[in-house]
Amino acid sequence: MIIDGSTALVEVEEGVKVIPAANTIITTIDKLVNWGRVSSVWPLTFGLACCAIEMMTTGSAHYDLDRLGVIFRGSPRQSDVVILAGTVSKKMVPIIRTVYDQMPEPRYVMAMGSCACSGGIFDTYSTVQGADTFLPVDVYIPGCPPRPEAFIQGIIKLQEKMKAEYFRWSRWR
Amino acid sequence: MEPKLIAQAIAEALKERYPEEVKEIKEFRGQVSVLVKKERIREIMEYLHDTPELCFSHLRDICGVDYLGKKENRFEVVYQLFSISHRHMLRVRAEVPEDDPTLDSVAGIWDGGNWHERECYDMLGIRFNGHPDLRRILMPEDWEGYPLRKDYPMKSDLGDKEWKGLKKVFELSEKNKIYEMGDHAKER
Repeated sequence: MIIDGSTALVEVEEGVKVIPAANTIITTIDKLVNWGRVSSVWPLTFGLACCAIEMMTTGSAHYDLDRLGVIFRGSPRQSDVVILAGTVSKKMVPIIRTVYDQMPEPRYVMAMGSCACSGGIFDTYSTVQGADTFLPVDVYIPGCPPRPEAFIQGIIKLQEKMKAEYFRWSRWR
Repeated sequence: MEPKLIAQAIAEALKERYPEEVKEIKEFRGQVSVLVKKERIREIMEYLHDTPELCFSHLRDICGVDYLGKKENRFEVVYQLFSISHRHMLRVRAEVPEDDPTLDSVAGIWDGGNWHERECYDMLGIRFNGHPDLRRILMPEDWEGYPLRKDYPMKSDLGDKEWKGLKKVFELSEKNKIYEMGDHAKER
């Protein structure tokens, strides 16, 4: 059903134009692909310590991550981002790396909490000094643990980062 | 009778039965502990477990302590015993010297001792003779050194002693960096 009979190009947003009469949207593939990705960030939960509790809280009704398109997955094969929530111990490192390597591209990493960012107070024999020593971390969320608001801010930051990508939809990158 | 007095009486009875083994009876804040030599620890524990009047049916915990530079014998293995039927408790400490950090296992008396002794071995390197399965329990199996010893490095950077498994992942992630996103994100 055509509501608007106008055939002129209307720019509704930067880089997105519509022709109302033809029910047509004109944009770049970058914009389209990124829009899809940003709207359904599926994280792999990797709760390692107390930050995982805060992550669960953020997912529950009060803060409700679903409204951002964030739906937790139990398998790395279905995930876009791995959230490292908690203290990363050395014994856990090979396991985290394996899980990360199993995730399909494009994949992202969020380090949640002081421990995952830098090791936090645990400068000890068993703790890795930050997840970025062995993974390409995209977003750091400081706090001990971070409040749900901070966690949501982290997701929004990641979405901003995804929106800014270009030419990441082809095998020939 | 007050719990403290019961434990005191048990400790005295133990000393009477094993005068050579019991070195010291100490009381602190209502808790009685007995310091013993390690040689006949299994026999002492069997006595505490099997005697009906004592009936220490529950081994609450075993832990190791490192007294580096503070005591003549570097290590102590501490047994926390409790009797479920009589509601009394006793702490038994066995001295373990540094040059021979071994003593008999009590895993055959209390099954719960199995994992506790493994933890003690993992953290302090004290070996338990006769243990059915003495492997590391918390650290990776090919970890070098015993982290709760007082002369173990404090910081995360272990230098050459770093665990092989971790080094391998670090090398792999260094190698895989060329496949990472690179310039696919616009500078903001």
